[in-house]
Parts: sequence; structure tokens; C-alpha cells
Amino acid sequence: MNMIQAINSALDIKMGVDPDIVVMGEDVGFFGGVFKATEGLQKKYGKTRVFDTPITECGIIGVAVGMAAYGLRPVPEIQFADYIYPALDQIVSEAARLRYRSAGEFTAPITVRSPFGGGIFGGQTHSQSPEGIFTHVSGIKTVIPSTPYDAKGLLISAIEDNDPVIFFEPKRIYNGPFDGHHDRPVTPWARHPASAVPTGHYRIPLGQAAIVRPGEDVTILTYGTMVHVVAAAVAEKGLDAEIIDLRTLVPLDMATIEASVKKTGRCMVVHEATKTSGFGAELSALVQEHCFHHLEAPVRRVTGWDTPYPHSLEWAYYPGPVRLSLALDKIMQD
Amino acid sequence: MTSEEPRRNLRPLSLHVPEPRFRPGDPVDFADFDRGRAGAVPRPDPDVSPEAIREVAYSLVRVLDDEGQAVGPWNPRLAPERLIGMLRHMALTRAYDDRMYRAQRQGKTSFYMKSTGEEATSVAAAYALDRDDMCFPSYRQQGLLIARDWPLVDMMNQVYSNRGDRLKGRQMPIMYSARAAGFFSISGNLATQYPQAVGWAMASASKGDTRIAAAWCGEGSTAEGDFHSALTFASVYRAPVVLNVINNQWAISSFSGFAGAEATTFAARAIGYGIAGLRVDGNDALAVHAATEWAADRARDGHGPTLIEHFTYRAEGHSTSDDPSKYRSAEERSKWPLGDPIARLKQHLITIGAWDEERQAAMDREVAEEVRAAAKEAEQNGILGEGLHFPFSTMFEDVFEEMPWHLEEQLGEMTEEWKASGR
Repeated sequence: MNMIQAINSALDIKMGVDPDIVVMGEDVGFFGGVFKATEGLQKKYGKTRVFDTPITECGIIGVAVGMAAYGLRPVPEIQFADYIYPALDQIVSEAARLRYRSAGEFTAPITVRSPFGGGIFGGQTHSQSPEGIFTHVSGIKTVIPSTPYDAKGLLISAIEDNDPVIFFEPKRIYNGPFDGHHDRPVTPWARHPASAVPTGHYRIPLGQAAIVRPGEDVTILTYGTMVHVVAAAVAEKGLDAEIIDLRTLVPLDMATIEASVKKTGRCMVVHEATKTSGFGAELSALVQEHCFHHLEAPVRRVTGWDTPYPHSLEWAYYPGPVRLSLALDKIMQD
Repeated sequence: MTSEEPRRNLRPLSLHVPEPRFRPGDPVDFADFDRGRAGAVPRPDPDVSPEAIREVAYSLVRVLDDEGQAVGPWNPRLAPERLIGMLRHMALTRAYDDRMYRAQRQGKTSFYMKSTGEEATSVAAAYALDRDDMCFPSYRQQGLLIARDWPLVDMMNQVYSNRGDRLKGRQMPIMYSARAAGFFSISGNLATQYPQAVGWAMASASKGDTRIAAAWCGEGSTAEGDFHSALTFASVYRAPVVLNVINNQWAISSFSGFAGAEATTFAARAIGYGIAGLRVDGNDALAVHAATEWAADRARDGHGPTLIEHFTYRAEGHSTSDDPSKYRSAEERSKWPLGDPIARLKQHLITIGAWDEERQAAMDREVAEEVRAAAKEAEQNGILGEGLHFPFSTMFEDVFEEMPWHLEEQLGEMTEEWKASGR
């Protein structure tokens, strides 16, 4: 399966066993979603469980919170992460705080799915990576898969989780992994081992990172599309780096990070999102706090620039192979 | 930046900034306020199409006339015992407000908000809903809880943030949550409960349930985007929901003109969405009851949502942090052409021979005593800043279902801090 099929399968499996799950969002019903992630679900489960919504993100999330208060488990879709901002009030002030402020009387077990990330010439409003906005909010979990296998297992866990989850899907790798070489043809998922996705139910626990490549020289913390870009850059360098795919940003798998950095003595953080106050800053601070005496070099961040995501200059913006190569050289010389 | 030279020969534009009619010190005259005549507005069947009752959104549904008679087609014809129950719950709400306002002034808590003058908009509405219909209130519908006989002590514990507070001292006073009373957790963020109520109603409908939802917001909050998205969703999916707008004329210091009241009514907002809109005398408990019952019937029969504008007046300050004498005329309250909801219902009961001044005085003493006894009991659990509240460790609970490591770590740090501070 590619990542879209894996997500579709997760939704299908959960909807099949739990009548309280509803899927809602712009174009998700009859049409099956602009990325086809919800294809066939309305036909199978009916219009009251899979339905199109008006174009109002604050309404989609607000209604989902109300449905959750009733006892349903809504899986709303925000068409692009760039358009999640109108729903911020409902996510930050309501979904994230509902359990806390009502001392558990009301909860919001909703899973907000949203395609995110760049590398597709999406320009300013189809490329953003706003995960740092959500990791800053107490009461929500933030999950980002990097393979079809993980996407399905993590989405099932997110839907089964009783806390609100922001589930960002890196749309650049919906159809195949991306190594950062935008000038080369795309490889489909079929040639990647993580495209072998079981058709049945399985879970990947939230809060557990994956060691994508074990190594001794440097620990690289990353997630989403950048997992593949980093893996390619490391291979091209012939570096013995330990690559950790965080998969869940909150709650974070600090134990895996700590063990790795204490082993390698070096840590690099890589994400597409802009640098200042991005999630990389949190990771860098945590590694510094937890692993200070083991560090042989400053923690280095390789990220998007602190600019809005440009259209024509996409590959100058994107943290690709050259930026990674230079940064790897530097961190190994530090 | 203004342009240097006028374009062609055009008159310069001017920006209209609304201004209330009466500011502090101004004499108040509502002589030109058109109340309409009690009983004059027709009552359509609840299955009517929204467009067929446009004029109701621009009228004022009133049942009680100036003599205290219930007149016209909207008269809900309630048994006197039921009316007396409503009167008592409204009086209890007012007595509760008075007591808790004083408690704040005495430093027993940080904050309070009264609903004085608006008691009918929640108590009479609660009487028209079923007990298990879900309410999504704003912060000025304490009358819903009281009408549903929710224990005053529980409400006071919340206001005092004491060890009896079920919300563990996490919320500001008056942000109640009472699932068992069908009273959704109150949020400080305005109008967020509107789409949530619609979502709850959609869920009920999708499950083939028979319960409906009701939401409340002030006229000021109708300017929020959530109001628009809620009405759109409610209309699109014909959600079984009653959407109440409490137009009490004031959003803190801003008069209703800043929410658009100069141009049209709030009930008329419904028309553009294809939702039934009623405009009701919010100080007339019978009219509020009748409109709510109509809307509830409509929702239950599958005819979709209703927006009810309750035209009323915020008789007191916005909150204990507010001084209305700084922005509005003190005369407004006494000259308000729709009077006081409690006084009007009382007069009606006397007019029909079901009540008298003696019984009213006895009831007033009773509710005051009930509130006093509850306050005494609640204060045994502590008041804000004095005595033991919830242990600090509870601050870290319920952020998530299970406490993640980073909160465990912070709990550990807090434990050290607590010890170091000698507590």
C-alpha cells in the first residue's frame, strides 16, 4: 500500500468495528477527499458516518468537539495543514482543554487528520509544517508518520486514543518516499519495505520513536518526509549516523533519544518547518538538558528558513541534500 | 494615510462608528421603543418554513401584558403550580447571584458574574426543555442549573475553588460543568459552544436519539466566526438544536450596535441561513417558555434548528471586575420598557389569583435562607486562598488521560518547590 491506501485502510478498519467513528471534512464524502484518503468510505458506511462539510474549519472542529461530547469519536479532516488556523481556537481552547477544565466530565477523543509539509510546489498555503504550534499546546498529542506501515498503525492508535490527536500526513510522501533529490524521478512505495501493510488491525503505540538506522557517530532526530531525505543524505555521506524517526512529537519518546545521544555524543535535529521556535528548538533544549555531559558538539538544527514557504524558490528553501551534507560535515568536525 | 487630492468631485466618505443613545449622566427616555402589543404576534405551527415567518424575527413575541394577563396565541397555558416553580427558581437564581456577588466583594473568591434581569432567559427555557436535553451555556445561564435543581453547594464550591470543587480549582468562578444536569463545561472563549451544540445535536440525530441540544450566547458573541459556522452547520444538516441569543444590550462596555443591532435584529440573522428565527421578550417568562417549547417541538419533529433572540437588559455590571457607571446611564435599568422578569411573573400570578404578596415575601425569605445555608455549607470546604484546596499534584492530572513523562517530571519539580517553600 502507499500511504493514502494505508490511511484509508486504517479508517476502514476502525469504522468497521466502532459505530461511533465518524469521518467529516471538506470533500471527504462522495468524492473521497482531494487526496483520496477517504475514498469508498461513504459508500460503505453511509452518509451519516462519512460526510462532506461546509468550508469552515472552526465549524468542522467545533462540531467534532460537540459530537465527541455526545460520545462519538470523530475523525475530522482539515484539507491542508495550512488551513487549520481558523480552527485553532476550537483545538487549543476547547479540544485540548476539555478534559482538564471539566475534570474529566467531558472529553474530546477526536483525531484531526491533515496533509502537511512541502516539496510539492505548494507555495505558501499548501506546504506549511505547523506542528510546533500544536506541540506547544497542553492537552493534545501530535503524530506524524513517515511510512505507509506507520501511517496505518499510528492512525489506528490515534483514533483509539482518548485524547485529541493532531495527525499530520506528509503529503510529499503519500505516493512514494522522497530522498530530497527533486530532480530525479519519484520512487513509488512499492519498492520500499514499509509498503507491506497488513490488511487487518494493528497498532503502533503513540509516544514511541523508531530507530530507522542504527549508528554510532551522530544521532539525527527527525520525522515525516525528512526521515527519507536524511536517510539518503547519510547514505551518500557514508556516515554511521543513528537516525531516529520520532513518529510522535507529544508525548515524546525521550528515553530512545537520550540513549542514542549518550551513545553517539552528537545530535542533529532536522525538520521542514521554520527554525525559530520550531519543534527543533524543544528537541535541542531537551537533549542539552538530558545529555549535556555526553555531548561532544553543539546540537545542530537543519530546518526550513524563517520565511514563508516560497513557490519558485522551493528547493532553495527546502532542507535538502546539500544543506544536510554541509551540516553533517560541521557537526562531525565540531 | 489620506490622499493629497480628492479624486474627481466626490464627497469625502465618512466612517460610521455606532454610539449608544445614553451615556453616564444622560436622562433616559425609551418612549420611542416599540414593544409591540402582548399577544399580537401570530404563532405559526412549529413545522412552518423559516421564510414564512420572517416577520416574527422583526417582532417581539410577548405574552404578559401590562396588567399581568397572559394573552395571545403564544400563551403556553402552564398550570399555576408550574409558574410558581418558575418564579421560585428565578428568585433563587437572583438570591444566589446576590450572595455570591457579596462573597466576591468580601474577598472569598476572585470573580463573579450575575444574571440579574435575565433570569427568565435560562429558567423559563429550562422549563420548556426536557431534563436530558443537552445545554451548551455561556457564563450567564446559571439559571439553567438552578432550574434543574442542581445543588447550590456544588455551584458555590466551584465559585470558591475549594476542596469540594469537582473541577479541582482549575476553572475561574462560574465556569461550571455538570454533565449529570445536561450542562456542558463552560469555556472562557466566547461562542465556541455554538458549533459544539450543533455537533452534539448532529450526533444525537445521527444515532437516532430523541434528545436535542440548546446553546446560549450573548448578542456580542454573535459577531464571532463560530456563530456563523454554527448556523451554517445547523442549517445544512437540519440539526435538532435551539440556538439562543441573549440580547441584553451590552457586551461589557460595548452596546449592541457593535454587534450589528443598528442594522437589523439578531433573530433576523437566522433568515439568511434558512433557519427559523423568533424574537422574544426576554423578560416575559411565559414568552421565553413558549418560544423554547415551540423550537424544541420543531427540533424533535425533525424540522431543524431555531434561533431565538431574547430581548432583555443586563441590569448589573458585566462582572465583579466591571463598573457600568463608566459607560452607560444609570437610569437605563429602571426605565427599561420590558421591566423585570421576576416582578412581571409575580404580577401575573397575583392577577390570576394564584399568588399574593404574603406568599411572595415568604418565598423570598425561603430562597434567601436556602442560599445562606448552602453558602455556609460550601464555606466549610474552604474559600479561595484560605484553607486547603486540592493538592498541587492534581494540577498535572487530566491534561491527558494518562500522565506522560514530561508532566511526571514537572510534578517532581513542583514537589521539590513545594518542600522548599516550607508548605
